[in-house]
Amino acid sequence: MDTHSESKSKTRHPLLAFAARWLLTTNHKEIGTLYLCLSFLLFFIAGSMAMFMRLELFEPGIQFIDPLYYNQILTLHGLIMVFGAVMPAFVGLANWLIPMMIGAPDMALPRMNNFSFWILPFAFALLLSTLFMEGGAPNFGWTFYAPLSTTYGPPSTDFFILGVHMMGISSILGAINIIVTIVNMRAPGMTYMKMPMFVWTWLITAFLLIMVMPVLAGVVTMMLTDRHFGTSFFEAAGGGDPVLFQHIFWFFGHPEVYIMILPGFGIASQIIPTFARKKLFGYHSMVYATLAIAVLSFVVWGHHMFTTGMPVFAELFIMYATMLIAVPTGVKIFNWVATMWRGSMTFETPMLFAIGFVMMFTIGGFSGLMLALVPADFQYHDTYFVVAHFHYVLYPGAIFGTMAAVYYWLPKWCGHMYDERLGKIHFWAATFAVNLTFFPMHFTGLAGMPRRIPDYSLQFADFNMVSSIGAGLLGLTQILFLYIVVTTIRGGRKATAQVWEGAEGLEWTIPSPAPLHTFSTPPVIAEGDYP
Amino acid sequence: MSQRDKKRHTTLLLALAVGMFGFAFALVPLYDVFCEITGLNGKTSGQAELLAEIDRSAAQEDREVRIEFLASVARGMSWEFRPMDKEISVRPGMMNKTTFFVRNRSNKTVIGQAVPSVSPGQAAQYLKKIECFCFEQQELMAGAEMEMGVTFYVDAELPAHINELTLSYTMFLVSDLVGSNEHEHLSSHNVR
Repeated sequence: MDTHSESKSKTRHPLLAFAARWLLTTNHKEIGTLYLCLSFLLFFIAGSMAMFMRLELFEPGIQFIDPLYYNQILTLHGLIMVFGAVMPAFVGLANWLIPMMIGAPDMALPRMNNFSFWILPFAFALLLSTLFMEGGAPNFGWTFYAPLSTTYGPPSTDFFILGVHMMGISSILGAINIIVTIVNMRAPGMTYMKMPMFVWTWLITAFLLIMVMPVLAGVVTMMLTDRHFGTSFFEAAGGGDPVLFQHIFWFFGHPEVYIMILPGFGIASQIIPTFARKKLFGYHSMVYATLAIAVLSFVVWGHHMFTTGMPVFAELFIMYATMLIAVPTGVKIFNWVATMWRGSMTFETPMLFAIGFVMMFTIGGFSGLMLALVPADFQYHDTYFVVAHFHYVLYPGAIFGTMAAVYYWLPKWCGHMYDERLGKIHFWAATFAVNLTFFPMHFTGLAGMPRRIPDYSLQFADFNMVSSIGAGLLGLTQILFLYIVVTTIRGGRKATAQVWEGAEGLEWTIPSPAPLHTFSTPPVIAEGDYP
Repeated sequence: MSQRDKKRHTTLLLALAVGMFGFAFALVPLYDVFCEITGLNGKTSGQAELLAEIDRSAAQEDREVRIEFLASVARGMSWEFRPMDKEISVRPGMMNKTTFFVRNRSNKTVIGQAVPSVSPGQAAQYLKKIECFCFEQQELMAGAEMEMGVTFYVDAELPAHINELTLSYTMFLVSDLVGSNEHEHLSSHNVR
């Protein structure tokens, strides 16, 4: 099929051939690249929205942005970061890496793979187009609680609903593809318990996606019928209940936050052993801990809604179940630390990002434990403490994880080494800026500053100014990251096949840059091979 | 890695996704059942209580509960709708009656349905209705008005810390097509 399309493309205009190559590609590496590029673009778009918000919050009072517009970019920042930056980045990594890690020639369903990617640009074009519509973009926060999104939602909410449906279809198809690939296409001898941790975490993540994305589709469908077809799922006056919205949303939403972190766990589990030059400590317990986290994620959604008036029994159950998640998470963190213990460690950029991931994700985990406590949560609910918490798990968690992965595998993808000095500058600047931005939010939150507002009381002024300065710096470090990635793709020192001295795994046995087609004949994994 | 296995797994996983879509909708009745048992969300029972079941001996002579009445109309509803009594004091276990006033301000026959809600939600299951206009749809001719009654009692089991509760009704538009032709219907939409 490929030779056929190549011979045909010779007669085409080069631009047309270029477009056809990327539009019609079914190659897992090319689709992985597309996913990563799209997520990088959307990361910058949503990030610039964050810059506008921090600009407005630099000082108390309304200076630059109309409060209604503030609500719109706040909503889109959340939605695009979650569905457009973090999730597609992980799917892109899965596309690139899973076939190479399990010794498969491609994903199991290559055409569906192409389809699930190409839905996304249209979904996000639709979502972003709402900014230019009459009545403005959706303005109810990424959680789109009813009745804000039903009775009071702007007309553009319907475009948002369609966009979410499209993203959902893309995610579900992508997840099915990943599971079918992992289950059916492992090289001979690669048993489940020999799979690299990144593959394991993605297998579990894919199941989470298939379980909860349809629930999200269900809840936006109910919104749509409430808005236009006279149903009253969430309208108290019509016999429905707005709290029901929160239950269904968070039944999706809590597993969703693990969807955004489990692949990051997998990445850290790949990188740390390489640079500690030791095998991953406690591989089996890592697998079971990931499974435990995934299962528990389905019974703790209520901790997002402690203040909605739940029975005490439900609050207690959810509080204990939530705190229980700290146990498997702790297992993972101790395993990473134990992997580093007495290792011959070196601190190349991917390792720095991975260690930063472990340390700062732990901070986010601890503030999560604080939020899990019902009595304390009544104080913290809807304050900047929550904002601090989830940015600590998402930025140094999901995004540092993704950046670690890019530094780690980029030499394999494009055959060039990145500039180590610039990489280290990027890491230290980003780490400094992340903490400068998000750490003060703990304090303003504990002092009672509500989230999702463009203006605040005077006593929060200093900490907000610090946050805004940090955010500006954080934005600049990402431009440095873009520069590093682009220059590495365009040239640089040639990378070897193994790239890293301590790297183990099938992807390091193929040449760098990885040829378009790999493992056309499956490799054989011997009895004594990893983990 | 046979092609058949791939197909089978894809189908199974697609079925799981479709099933979970259905599950989201199944959560709606599940939640209703849960709320009916626990009385969480302020929904009162949609059914009339039997007079014989009232335990009059449990009536609490020394306790008074203040009940406030609210009435509102849903979007698109042309009726005037208000309680005749803003609030009353009742004894738990004793029968009470109150009335609501409703007037059709439009120029055509309209059918409406009132939907009740009790706040605090915890009290909902203790408010028992013997008779209520909300049990059935109401039909009003153009310009007509009427008074509609509710007969209810507050269960003596009402937790001691609840001394005030609010019973609110929202009147929903069921149909305004009665007696009007298609053209009128369209123009009424345009006006709205």
